[in-house]
Amino acid sequence: MAATLALAPERHDAPAWPAIRWAIARDLKLALRSRAELGVQLLFYVIVASLFPLATTPERGMLALIGPGVLWVAALLASLLSLPRLFAGDYADGTLEQIALSPYPLAALVSGKIIAHWLTTGLPVVLLAPLVGLQYAMDGEALAVLASALLIGTPILSLLGAIGAALTLGLRASGSLLALLVLPLYVPVLIFGAGAVEAARTGLGASAHLSLLGAGLLVACVGAPFAAASAVRIALD
Amino acid sequence: MLEAQKLAARRGFSKLFAGVSLRVGAGEALIVTGANGTGKTTLLRMLAGLSAPEAGEIQWQGQRVGPFAPELRAAVAFSGHLPALKDELTAEENLASLLALEGSAASRESLTEALDDVALSRQRSLPARVLSQGQRRRIGLARLSLVSRPLWILDEPLAALDAAGAELLTRLLGRHLANGGLAVVATHSALGLPESRVSSLALN
Repeated sequence: MAATLALAPERHDAPAWPAIRWAIARDLKLALRSRAELGVQLLFYVIVASLFPLATTPERGMLALIGPGVLWVAALLASLLSLPRLFAGDYADGTLEQIALSPYPLAALVSGKIIAHWLTTGLPVVLLAPLVGLQYAMDGEALAVLASALLIGTPILSLLGAIGAALTLGLRASGSLLALLVLPLYVPVLIFGAGAVEAARTGLGASAHLSLLGAGLLVACVGAPFAAASAVRIALD
Repeated sequence: MLEAQKLAARRGFSKLFAGVSLRVGAGEALIVTGANGTGKTTLLRMLAGLSAPEAGEIQWQGQRVGPFAPELRAAVAFSGHLPALKDELTAEENLASLLALEGSAASRESLTEALDDVALSRQRSLPARVLSQGQRRRIGLARLSLVSRPLWILDEPLAALDAAGAELLTRLLGRHLANGGLAVVATHSALGLPESRVSSLALN
């Protein structure tokens, strides 16, 4: 330690990139160390998506019709199931205090956590969708559209969900409250995501729906990390 | 210099404390004492910028700072009663991760050395899950020995530490103060710091 440390003026504008990298690397490492938990979430998605063909009808036309909607709902539920993990662990062991007191911008650290959350929960859902979709007798084009809609849509779920997860930190029954808070916000994503496949099937083309989803993603990218960061600060106060 | 005037806090509807003023200069430590529930932790969290005072204001280097002010975040090393350790990570990974979050990169050698200093060299690559409370506290000490922050805010740093650990903390604090650092420490037991550097504040 240098003798000058106490009074030397420090830089206040700590850069955002190292913060995002730190959060992604740490959360991915933590996720890899608790792989079982991730596996359970993914299995949940697969099972929910597989229950519908069993419960409804083996008729191919009908299945192809309900398939995209069912897979989207399963993706929403899987995202919801994983959201409490986003901040609750860090909140409980005090890491969130250190994160909020870091010189790096809190919104950047939160962004990194959201990206890691999507990589570990959203991306596997996207990659599994074409496989799970086979149960619904969806054709190749429909599967491709579904996967692209999920690819654009699931990051929105993580971004919006992060706001809800931060707002419900430290509350009792935060899990159910989180669902009440976040599911209504997920509705537009659900409508455009499932609608994309339907539009492609009827020959209208999915590009309008996908563009709207993309616009939603951009808005969420810009707004959600800041909103979630504010909510984290409120939770710590 | 850290100053505060007429700080007040309440918990629910009851007043915790009011009219608390303090002043800590470079090279000085403020020891905060008081019975359980008198608001030591609340006061420390305010000074660290984690929560907003009900009334009054806090100045760091003569400049008024609110909660999460960037000036304060760049200056403070806070150690609360939550250890901020991840059970899944090893002692060394936890230490490296906390330091990187504070923006102070540490080399592998200095990490090893810091863990040696707190007698955790054999536990270096064990997950924090299997460490005892005292050993977890010692990771916090290793962090303090590596971080370069002028203002240390320590909440009950002696909890779960054995005599050797307490001595280690005193040595770290002594070195920090001698280098011109500031410290605010909430504690129930004597720290053994030189009288001239220590002032105390009793909450009741």
